[in-house]
Amino acid sequence: MTGPSDYIFYAVAAMTVGSAVLVAVLPNIIYAAVALLFSFAGVAGLYVLLSADFLAATQVLVYVGGILVLILFAVFLSNRIADVKINNPGRFRLPAGAICLVLFGVLSFTAVSTPFAVKRTVYLPTTADIGELLMTRYLLPFEVASVLLLAALIGAALLSRPDREAPEAEDMEEGKG
Amino acid sequence: MTLDKLLVVAAALFCCGLYIVMTRRNAVAVLMGVELILNATNLNFVAFSHYLSRVMGGQIFAVFVIVLAAAEAAVALAIFLRMFATTGTVEVDLADRMRG
Repeated sequence: MTGPSDYIFYAVAAMTVGSAVLVAVLPNIIYAAVALLFSFAGVAGLYVLLSADFLAATQVLVYVGGILVLILFAVFLSNRIADVKINNPGRFRLPAGAICLVLFGVLSFTAVSTPFAVKRTVYLPTTADIGELLMTRYLLPFEVASVLLLAALIGAALLSRPDREAPEAEDMEEGKG
Repeated sequence: MTLDKLLVVAAALFCCGLYIVMTRRNAVAVLMGVELILNATNLNFVAFSHYLSRVMGGQIFAVFVIVLAAAEAAVALAIFLRMFATTGTVEVDLADRMRG
């Protein structure tokens, strides 16, 4: 069965995988971050094709809107401005490439050659179901995840604070001035 | 679009992420590879959930993976900034001291 959805799938998959390969080979880390954006957006498109509408929206909001901006901030904050060389060629390129290609071959062969018991697929909106399940059956993981997010928030804020003695003195001086 | 094609796409994403984690020296770039790997696993969860089962378990798991990825990215980037302030670099090869 080939239809328009197949062509869309091939286009989106090519964008996703091509961008991921670009992330792997581009030496400039900022270019790699931009390529990563297209890869995340492609994964969101695949979610749409899989009728996972809530996940597609979450992917765009959290990954494209949040994590990628965070990564770009980290790139800019963790390099000296005068240090124009953000280029970052890798190490162990040949063995790592060989390992990854072999692994990709094995995984693809396994995926293609395994006879999966595929059921008839249905395309229904899933947001309401996910919300209901999160409030009933998966309530405990939901609450644990909220505690985890709180802990990560406090930990990140504490870690990224400047040293304790010096900035407080600055604050005092600012208060006086 | 069938299940095995989606699995091949996810395998390609995973291998790209693995290559990045193995080759990059900048810690932020390594984090990008980890995010790619998490995306590949999410794609597998959603694909299996769509094709093989009637329940929403796969998608719920993917939601929790996204939550964990966000928390992990926030804490990791805070650690990198701390490391940059302490040692002046975010090269993973140079981060071999426990005490800054």
